[in-house]
Amino acid sequence: MRLNEHPVLRFERGREVTIYFEGQPIKAYEGETIATALHAAGIRVLNYSPNKKRPRGLFCAIGKCSSCLMVVNGIPNVRSCITLVEDGMRIERQHGRSRLPTKAKPPEFKDAKVVKADIIVIGGGPAGLMAAIHASRAGAKVVLIDENPRLGGQLVKQTHKFFGKREQFAGVRGVEIAKILEKELRKSENAEVFLETSAVGIFQEGEEKLVLAVRKERELIEFRGRAVIVATGAMERMIPFENNDLPGVYGAGAIQTLMNTYGVKPGDRVLIVGAGNVGLILAYQLIQAGVEVKAIVEAMPKVGGYFVHAAKVRRLGVPILTRHTILRAEGREKVERAVVAQLDENWMPITGTEKTFEVDVIALAVGLRPSIELLHQAGCQIKFVRELGGHVAVRDGWMETTVRGIFVAGDSAGIEEATTAMLEGKIAGIAAALRLGIADESWVEEIEKAQRDLDEFRSGPFGRRVAEGIRKALLGGVAGE
Amino acid sequence: MSEIPSYLQRGYITPEELFSIIPKPSEERLRERPVAVPECPQEIPCAPCREICPTGAINMPTPNDLPIVDYDKCIGCSLCVQICPGLAFFMVHYVGDKARITMPHELLPIPERGEEVVLLNRVGEPVGKGKVITVVPREKTKGDTPIITVEVPIELAWDVRAVKVVRE
Repeated sequence: MRLNEHPVLRFERGREVTIYFEGQPIKAYEGETIATALHAAGIRVLNYSPNKKRPRGLFCAIGKCSSCLMVVNGIPNVRSCITLVEDGMRIERQHGRSRLPTKAKPPEFKDAKVVKADIIVIGGGPAGLMAAIHASRAGAKVVLIDENPRLGGQLVKQTHKFFGKREQFAGVRGVEIAKILEKELRKSENAEVFLETSAVGIFQEGEEKLVLAVRKERELIEFRGRAVIVATGAMERMIPFENNDLPGVYGAGAIQTLMNTYGVKPGDRVLIVGAGNVGLILAYQLIQAGVEVKAIVEAMPKVGGYFVHAAKVRRLGVPILTRHTILRAEGREKVERAVVAQLDENWMPITGTEKTFEVDVIALAVGLRPSIELLHQAGCQIKFVRELGGHVAVRDGWMETTVRGIFVAGDSAGIEEATTAMLEGKIAGIAAALRLGIADESWVEEIEKAQRDLDEFRSGPFGRRVAEGIRKALLGGVAGE
Repeated sequence: MSEIPSYLQRGYITPEELFSIIPKPSEERLRERPVAVPECPQEIPCAPCREICPTGAINMPTPNDLPIVDYDKCIGCSLCVQICPGLAFFMVHYVGDKARITMPHELLPIPERGEEVVLLNRVGEPVGKGKVITVVPREKTKGDTPIITVEVPIELAWDVRAVKVVRE
């Protein structure tokens, strides 16, 4: 199941270690997550649901959905998708809700370590990295935190070259962009990075913003600053169908994580649901990893992503069934088949059009929704904007929300592209430094340039819809729904 | 639903549809030297082809406009094929009763020069066999994408858009 050869990626694995799954030794590599090591060993069922005892596996693989909770060294509710393996680790499937062992000693609030900075950036994807780079260039002391073990967000699993203009990294693969941005940030003496660190709340204490976070699921840290930039990305959507919780029904991003970040094949035969850019790109990446893609089904009457991404997989023989949907997954404890059907004009399955695909993975690429939990909790005004993928924070042209000193950028501000996330991150980073009186006024020109670049990027048919959404999300903008 | 172009319903474009959107290079031009033909019929925000073209042959006023190649200015250098993020640029060159198609190939194995490969059309159907005549490895291209040129029967010039390497 492990990939060694790949046309684009090189997999560098760490030292070999042994972990114990339900008492059985399993080979793993330092630097990979528990769920990755288990998947490479063919283990897909990670826990059983509390009420109906249904088997559950990975879904998002980036720490957001809690579908992968396991008991690790006796501690329950550990997100196995973002927790790295350690030699000798004991891992068990979790059965429903689970209690902390009585002798476990959770950290106390008074023990929290305090880290001070001017600006705290939450999220180390394209938006957060650009925000941190530009805020530190503008003179601010920056702390960037991310709950994943690597920087780069979803860039680290993108093998395709980016669109846009060359000054915005067009023609460069996502995985390479992540490396460039990380290098740039690490160069800065003003910036500090905390990985495997989850922000759990944003509070105001006098003049200070307090971001409470948990590192490696056990160490409390208080990040104290004067501005916060939230760049927490997005969460994959799920759609209702029979057995949609069967292990092997994965979010597209989870498959990319397994395959492109850690070099583990998600399975042998895949059905993809959704012909937007994510589904189309995933199909191509699966073929690059030597996995067979049986078909892509899409409920809309047309390909939703870029035509060129569709053409790439069509010419390698992948059928795209528009006006089709998935009816159910079948299998015992794991996906063994997928049943799809054609849709009529009222979006109802047409009897007699059912087709069965023998697959061991069903990839859901049915859209994303912004991760706004922290913004919501912090009291930022939230608005439902369909064009931006759901509920988003109301913001001004400098990406500042209705809570002064809290900024937003990237997919957490509205689902779009990594290219625009980087531009928004740049705006938010500079704007936060300006707001704190750290950057001088010449930086305003940089914001204006990024705004012009965004307008240009959004001027086509794909961007116009987003631009319409942004007008609704702007402070004092047009009425929403 | 009639307003949805059929290439978006199917996920591939036919030569007839393509050449109703962009001009087709003349037979004379196709025989002269390789010429770049983009299969990029949709307005998307993307401009590296225009930015990399050494002769300014690609007309695209804004990144959201379609790339229109001035076939007389195109010198057949293949930089657009190498850089295109959508892998949508191809070069075509008529030589005798053969056509040489230059295309990106981001899959393993990379074919070798002289190797016979299976020719695939735009829906991935095998339509014949052809010989690979040049291979530019990934590290030698300007766009991080390996490109190959394959010789095909001239009547397949506008059908073959991928290859499959089959080894025993």
